[in-house]
Amino acid sequence: MQRESMEFDVLIVGGGPAGLAAAIRLKQLAAEKGADISVCLIEKAAEIGAHILSGAVMDPRALNELIPDWKELGAPVTTAVTEDRVIFLNETGGRKVPTGLLPDCFLNHGNYIVRLGNVAKWLGEQAEALGVEVYPGFAGAEILYDESGAVKGVATGDMGVTREGEQGPAYQPGMELHAKYTLFAEGCRGHLGKQLEAKFNLRNGVDPQTYGIGLKELWEVPAERHEPGVVVHTTGWPLPSDTYGGGFVYHLEDKLVAIGYVVGLNYTNPHLSPFEEFQRYKTHPEIRKYLEGGKRLAYGARAIAAGGLQSQPKLVFPGGALIGDDAGFLNAARIKGSHAAIKSGALAAEAAFEAVTAERSRDELGAFPEAFKSSWLYDELHKTRNFKPYMKKGLWMGSLLFGFDQKVFGGKAPWTLHNSSDHDKLKPATECAKIDYPKPDGVLTFDRLSSVFLSNTNHEEDQPCHLQLKDASVPIAVNLAKYDAPEQRYCPAGVYEIVRDESGQNPRLQINAQNCVHCKTCDIKDPTQNINWVVPQGGEGPIYQGM
Amino acid sequence: MKILVPVKRVVDYNVKVRVKADGTGVDIANVKMSMNPFDEIAVEEAVRLKEAGVATEVVAVSCGVAACQETIRAAMAIGADRGILVESDADLQPLAVAKLLKALCDKEQPTVVICGKQAIDDDSNQTGQMLAALMGWPQATFASKVQLGEGVATVMREIDGGLETVEIKLPAVVTTDLRLNEPRYATLPNIMKAKKKPLDTVKPADLGVDVAPRLATLKVAEPPKRSAGVRVADVAQLVDKLKNEAKVI
Repeated sequence: MQRESMEFDVLIVGGGPAGLAAAIRLKQLAAEKGADISVCLIEKAAEIGAHILSGAVMDPRALNELIPDWKELGAPVTTAVTEDRVIFLNETGGRKVPTGLLPDCFLNHGNYIVRLGNVAKWLGEQAEALGVEVYPGFAGAEILYDESGAVKGVATGDMGVTREGEQGPAYQPGMELHAKYTLFAEGCRGHLGKQLEAKFNLRNGVDPQTYGIGLKELWEVPAERHEPGVVVHTTGWPLPSDTYGGGFVYHLEDKLVAIGYVVGLNYTNPHLSPFEEFQRYKTHPEIRKYLEGGKRLAYGARAIAAGGLQSQPKLVFPGGALIGDDAGFLNAARIKGSHAAIKSGALAAEAAFEAVTAERSRDELGAFPEAFKSSWLYDELHKTRNFKPYMKKGLWMGSLLFGFDQKVFGGKAPWTLHNSSDHDKLKPATECAKIDYPKPDGVLTFDRLSSVFLSNTNHEEDQPCHLQLKDASVPIAVNLAKYDAPEQRYCPAGVYEIVRDESGQNPRLQINAQNCVHCKTCDIKDPTQNINWVVPQGGEGPIYQGM
Repeated sequence: MKILVPVKRVVDYNVKVRVKADGTGVDIANVKMSMNPFDEIAVEEAVRLKEAGVATEVVAVSCGVAACQETIRAAMAIGADRGILVESDADLQPLAVAKLLKALCDKEQPTVVICGKQAIDDDSNQTGQMLAALMGWPQATFASKVQLGEGVATVMREIDGGLETVEIKLPAVVTTDLRLNEPRYATLPNIMKAKKKPLDTVKPADLGVDVAPRLATLKVAEPPKRSAGVRVADVAQLVDKLKNEAKVI
């Protein structure tokens, strides 16, 4: 079937901080140099910002560079951090780390607490004002290659295809978007980025990527419990010390508190449930004190890339580049990545602009990784590169070693430690202790379904399942038999469910794809990598409002 | 034949709304807004009539804040030819909107106005009827099928207990029900084209309409939480509870 096509100079897939920064930088350069350059950005969410979920404490450094007058332009970046509290929790209490002992990367003076979805929405408005063609509601479904094998763009997904894969009454074919350069900014574990890494061997010679799943809620709390500007980070309880993870409480403006929990996806106990860990986390006296009497407004989850520099793939390939968390730019030690996303997008844009104006097309943008290497971002990521590998040694030893690395060597230790993949870390269920999670109380703690409800997620029911199984027998023969079906627990949205017949026999895996919040955890953690996350129809998935 | 389609910007149907803490209304800050789904059906019907050669022009109208332009552009992406925004920051109630639409009908002289039967935010189900009354035109509400002929429209209506087919003289007001059609997905090229279609902006004062609210909202509150169910031992206990506790039989 012939699809319609359109040509642009630069195509950007994904409307988060990285993609939008790239779009803005391209148009800024075009205006400065009097060049005419067409930039198109597509985003799978129904509107810009609706699939963004982050903590988030933002380092304004990259934004200062990109849009120096962001304050005057009304950026929703208003709550400056006033205080850092880092607490090691045990079951009943906690020990606050004296500020003087904290490495610089844990200090947030000069940073802002933001609702990153709102920041993205605002960046989207800036991009449109500069002449970027911004199209939310369109998912990049397929990578297109030219005869030489270079990336020539993407095709948006077909709409109105039935569950059986046939053209329904509302069928609309996708559209081919061609460009001289295509920048992929899908965020962590982009489904196209994953294909590009394989196609162009971008992971050759680098460590496997390692991930975390972040779960988050937005609360409105009583005024007397609200301390705008306060940033709380905790580690320890409820996770055992051999499992990487921690929580955060960020006091935003307007009596809003963002609370979240991150669990490293290299956890070994298949009985572990990140969702339930998060729920019981909120019952700790040090955390509960901020939330009591408040009301939960929103919920969501998203995987994050935590491997740092060692795990970064090659950034460029003929016809394009990976930017933002699609390439793993997040700084896990600083627990932030939006500044890195913006910076990487801007750097890639500068390389693409130079190439387009030199009438080049679909070659490798070598200037991007070069510029990255000589940027402050590289120095920053290099300093903290050993954080995640140290944490593999357990919470206490890891914290001690990382503290030593940062305080004594200033991050310039003469060794680089390595990461390994997450999906092969689960131990058989029979070898691990079951975890008895408390029942939700409906006030402070909740179940999955009432949580997913607050993500506003939606998917047309009559469409092919976007969570594909490579082998349909694996969920029962391997996952259930050996690991007690861990997808039931690591999925934060209740997508995966083992159902049995009336006699309690014949288990089968039911995939409730409509619940999916596009976090990508299943694509990462499935022990045999049997689950492949692909995009559903454009405009679907969660509708986060300033998460 | 010209068709006028009013479209309203409402909170997206997938979004769970929240009552403001002070009880003055629903919090719509940062909330995703979309076209009222019934209006989308109206636009689709008008565009199909145009594609079938029955209508010659489809005009989308929205009354409200400047951002309603997006709603008009969405209608244009489905296939409306041009748009009119009646821009106002006021709380526009159904009567005010009906008066604004009357002023536009006087000016534009459409043969048919196709409205959504109601908007999913206030569920008023009034504007189409009020407009018909103000214009002195026939109306056919809750349409599940529309056929336009010479000077008449044949409309199948969804009513309690079945379907009713009426024939009305044109010009007229038709309001759409859910089963009239399934709106198409807007394609990327059509969204691009929609950005270039003409869109006029007028103010209520330009149309000589007083939009001051006639109704005051006293309080907005969430419905009471549903209490947990109980398990009954037998039918007798169930009947007893229904009779004496729930008092429904």
